[in-house]
Amino acid sequence: MTVPLIETRGLGMRFGGVQAVRDVNFTLGERELRCLIGPNGAGKSTFFKMLTGQLKPTSGVVLVRGVDVTDAEPHEIARRGVGIKTQVPSVFDGLTVRENLWLATARMHRGAQAQRAVETMLERVGLSAIASRVVGQLAHGQRQWVELGVVLSTNPDLVLLDEPAAGMTDQEVLRTVELVRDINKTKALIVVEHDMQFIRMIASKVTVFNQGAVLMEDDVEAIMHSPIVRDVYLGKKAAA
Amino acid sequence: MDLVALLAIQVLYAIASLALMSVGLAIIFGMMKVINLAHGEFLMLGGYAAIQANRLGLSIWIAMLIVAPIVVGAIGIIVERTIIRWLYGRMIDTMLATWGLSLFLVGLTTAIFGNTTVGLSAPLGSFEIGQYRTSAYTLFVIGVALVVLFGVLAILRFTRLGLIARGTMQNANMAAALGVNPNRVYSITFGAGAALTGLAGAIIAPVSGVFPTIGAAYVAKCFITVIGGGASIVTGTTTASTLFGAVNQIATYVTTPVFGEVALLAAAIVLIRVLPQGITGRFFRGSL
Amino acid sequence: MNARALNVLGLALVAVVGIAVLFLTPRLFDLDVLLNITVYMIMAVLALSLALIWGFGGILCFGQSAFFGLGAYTYAIAMINIGESTAPLILAIIIPAAFAALLGYFMFYGRISDVYLGVITLTVTLILFNSINSTAGPEFHIGSAKLGGFNGIPGIPSLNVPFFKDWQIDLEGMFYLSTASLILTYFGLRALLASRFGRTIVGIRENDRRAQLLGYDPRAYKLATFTIGAALAGYAGCLFANWGSFVSPTIFGLAQSAQIIIWVIVGGRGTLIGPILGCVGIQWLTAALGANAPSGAAGWQALLGNVPLILGAILIAFVLLVPKGLVPTIGGLESVLFRPRTGASR
Repeated sequence: MTVPLIETRGLGMRFGGVQAVRDVNFTLGERELRCLIGPNGAGKSTFFKMLTGQLKPTSGVVLVRGVDVTDAEPHEIARRGVGIKTQVPSVFDGLTVRENLWLATARMHRGAQAQRAVETMLERVGLSAIASRVVGQLAHGQRQWVELGVVLSTNPDLVLLDEPAAGMTDQEVLRTVELVRDINKTKALIVVEHDMQFIRMIASKVTVFNQGAVLMEDDVEAIMHSPIVRDVYLGKKAAA
Repeated sequence: MDLVALLAIQVLYAIASLALMSVGLAIIFGMMKVINLAHGEFLMLGGYAAIQANRLGLSIWIAMLIVAPIVVGAIGIIVERTIIRWLYGRMIDTMLATWGLSLFLVGLTTAIFGNTTVGLSAPLGSFEIGQYRTSAYTLFVIGVALVVLFGVLAILRFTRLGLIARGTMQNANMAAALGVNPNRVYSITFGAGAALTGLAGAIIAPVSGVFPTIGAAYVAKCFITVIGGGASIVTGTTTASTLFGAVNQIATYVTTPVFGEVALLAAAIVLIRVLPQGITGRFFRGSL
Repeated sequence: MNARALNVLGLALVAVVGIAVLFLTPRLFDLDVLLNITVYMIMAVLALSLALIWGFGGILCFGQSAFFGLGAYTYAIAMINIGESTAPLILAIIIPAAFAALLGYFMFYGRISDVYLGVITLTVTLILFNSINSTAGPEFHIGSAKLGGFNGIPGIPSLNVPFFKDWQIDLEGMFYLSTASLILTYFGLRALLASRFGRTIVGIRENDRRAQLLGYDPRAYKLATFTIGAALAGYAGCLFANWGSFVSPTIFGLAQSAQIIIWVIVGGRGTLIGPILGCVGIQWLTAALGANAPSGAAGWQALLGNVPLILGAILIAFVLLVPKGLVPTIGGLESVLFRPRTGASR
């Protein structure tokens, strides 16, 4: 039996009086692509934060390749091969694009090798033209690409994407779909999105979150036709 | 037995004076998230205001309880309008600017009043506990502290002003939409905090005298009381003052005054390490 | 001319100016001017130590004077006891560094944030001030060195050539040593900041969270930066004790800490040359103003000589009007000439 890349058992998060995530059992294998959907406030971002160690769960465990990382520091989990592109781009705003990518790759490569890795990544995310611009001055969409480049530069085995297509033009969305498929050739991905067209294009298994718990887990088509999911998104009245 | 009573009064006095000196800062930090490093100088100015007013013929009670708060409150409003107002949200810049203000005020006071200590004799004389004599003034200070703490609590809880202030601090836009002028509220709150600090400075003046750099002795203690207390203004200040004041006084009694100060500062460091949100970040949450 | 060439030009310029100051000053000026310039050099090293910790590391340290003072006092006490300066010099660097490592461990691994860092470091320097200030009695001594309390420790013997205790350094020698130290510190820090370590701490300052998510442990990097800065400040303290042959507890005071911060703010955070210029400029300014207002002067003259008044006004003005400091604000020169290369450069 192969050990899953990442697994949660009974994972829960309680903030004061609010149970943001409750009893989530989630499994993902190597190079598997999963989409995570659910209405706002369903607990998806909180779930991500627990996977990366930014939040310590109040119950349950997180396992990366069978190793319990529930209480690990974020940098320890990052070193185990987990990368996250956050909802609000989190990059080094005062540094240039090139410097951002260099920092990301510097832990793994030195000197000339690092330079080459940076140039390669610049090509891949299409930012070669603006490599010397300071990231804080870039447009929102461009900053998203910088962050993607930064995350991929650490060569993680699991990539978490929190609303990667947000604020993107149709053309940029297509580029993102291409990139996701490309990444999926060698890495696992969990993608949180609201755009069902986008999800259809990357066609995979979908986990539906609602009120902090897993509501349903199935392929895209089944989910899209499920009355339960429709209720959750639109409210029972609209379905009636 | 008498010794216990004496020590108890001294501990209460230490707690009360710490609370009195810190509550103005707690209002300013707790409600506006402004770190006012000129706090010690507001205390100092309160002392000078009282002493000058007294010299000019006013009774010591009026000088301490009325003149000092009004003068320092006015200074507070001026400071808020000219400096603080431009730095909201920039906590570190506020710290730096108020540090500059602190230096400026020290320089200004030295230029006006000179370097020597000026004093005020403690009124009310002394009273006896068994074989010990102690100043009755300490009881007065304890009384004022209680009145001020309850007063602040009452205003925040029961008056319209208190509610408006609390609302504006939590959500200025919302308050504005309801017809409240946030800038006014900020000015008044900062002024109120300054006024209470001036009052405290005046009340402490008879005990230790006033000189331009006296603020430095108090600013750290007040800050760590406020930060150690946490978000709740009255509960936080009260609990933190109780803890630190007691530690300070007992350590002083057992060793030396200097070590008492060191013990207080050390206790503070430990507290912040253990409870980074202050006491009311963990206990008595949501209280005023 | 591209960015890299301009960067090299800037470094060369600083080197030339530095060497010129080093060799020309003793020939051009007499001893008391030399004495003043020496202390400017020493304070500039202190300014650089905070520039590293705060300007580049993003660590809000309000108590840099604690390390400065510890270095000065350690040198004084060790020198009085030992009589030969090699060990005292080394101790003056190690003891503040060790203290910083301990304090830093406590703060950074306790995840204490910005504002509270400022308060804790301020508190620490106050504790040191209060403690040492009250050690005036003869019973307070370490070995044969009396701590002296608020009176300070006078008559500190000077540094000597390592292991040759009779070859003591003289005034001119102190000038050479201090200036050379400043030059070496500047270039040393430039090199450090261009290294992987340096670029990483800048990244951590920019976005602590993102740095963590890339696998860097910010706590360790901050601790290292804090310790290096403290060691540098301690070294400056040792030089200072030599310069005046005297230390007193005011070295731990709020005023001293405030001054260091003001130098960095006025000169410009995120640069190295800025704090040097800020430090020398402000020191010169306060000396010049003070010289024009001998005690007994009245009116404007007295106000100008009032150091806290002027410094306070300067600090307020800069925070409100020139928050980035002088060097970064004086045009795009900053980003090309003086900002150390912090990334993969082309």
